[in-house]
Amino acid sequence: MTDPLVIAGTTFSSRLIAGTARYPNQQVMLDALAASGAELVTASIRRISLEGYSGSLIDLLGDKYRILPNTAGCVTARDAILTAELAREALDTNWVKLELIGDRELLYPDVEQLVHAADELVRKGFVVLPYCNEDPVSCQKLADVGCAAVMPLGSLIGSGMGIANPTAIELICSRSPVPVVLDAGIGTASDAAQAMELGCDAVMIDTAIAKSHDPVRMAAAMRAAVEGGRLARLAGRIPKQRFAEPSSPQLGLVGS
Amino acid sequence: MHLTINGKDADLAATTIAELLAEQGIDPKTRFLAVAVNGAVVRRAEWQAAALAAGDNVEIVRPFQGG
Repeated sequence: MTDPLVIAGTTFSSRLIAGTARYPNQQVMLDALAASGAELVTASIRRISLEGYSGSLIDLLGDKYRILPNTAGCVTARDAILTAELAREALDTNWVKLELIGDRELLYPDVEQLVHAADELVRKGFVVLPYCNEDPVSCQKLADVGCAAVMPLGSLIGSGMGIANPTAIELICSRSPVPVVLDAGIGTASDAAQAMELGCDAVMIDTAIAKSHDPVRMAAAMRAAVEGGRLARLAGRIPKQRFAEPSSPQLGLVGS
Repeated sequence: MHLTINGKDADLAATTIAELLAEQGIDPKTRFLAVAVNGAVVRRAEWQAAALAAGDNVEIVRPFQGG
């Protein structure tokens, strides 16, 4: 492993974190996760159905993947903290993707509560990866309270609108003391590559794979895009310029 | 005893979490299960002994698909 992703001392060879929701069926999900190369996959924590209680898909994933539970849907710090504590008990992990939603339609983070909940969870011994605004100040505050990474949004969750503010993402990446995981908004492979080229350490993708026409193929595309984008970032792109610069030699032109 | 289980009112004979799970038809050995009472997680090892009181608010959760 020449270029590992390290979060809170844990090493990953894949820089793609995959979601497990919205797939057409379980087999497609399993095949797509395999094609994505992801080692870390997200899950939600939900009340079990008291009628017709049945097995969970985590039974299929728990031994193959490291599970990153989320607090999706939580709108108060209190609920998010309890959800994280339940996740720790259910999955025997102190990692949590902390989501605190401030607007149920936009699913935009509530930064004030997010920082408060992150601070409390870090104090309780959690490894906190917060889904957050694409704002360098919010990201800095989250790093300051001890978050293990920050997960700024590219655009609204599930929107497929790509990276709406690449300048902000690049700024966050250039200043963040902890790994930056681009979360939300990725629509297709070029968005994932762009995130990596901007300096993100990893990307988190769910809907763009699960709701594509061919999720297994899209998962493979995302894997290639993340790898390609990362390589391009490490290689260092050429500067943009407004004028042409011939790539073939200027001397020895035929007929001159 | 009157309890709230996963947001729904219920009248049950159970006096411990282990009995509550049994009464709901949930195998307590089920993997990836977690329980909270009145906003505090009760560890699996304590389910046999953990007494319930009337009016307790019980959450029984598992991991599901998520993004």
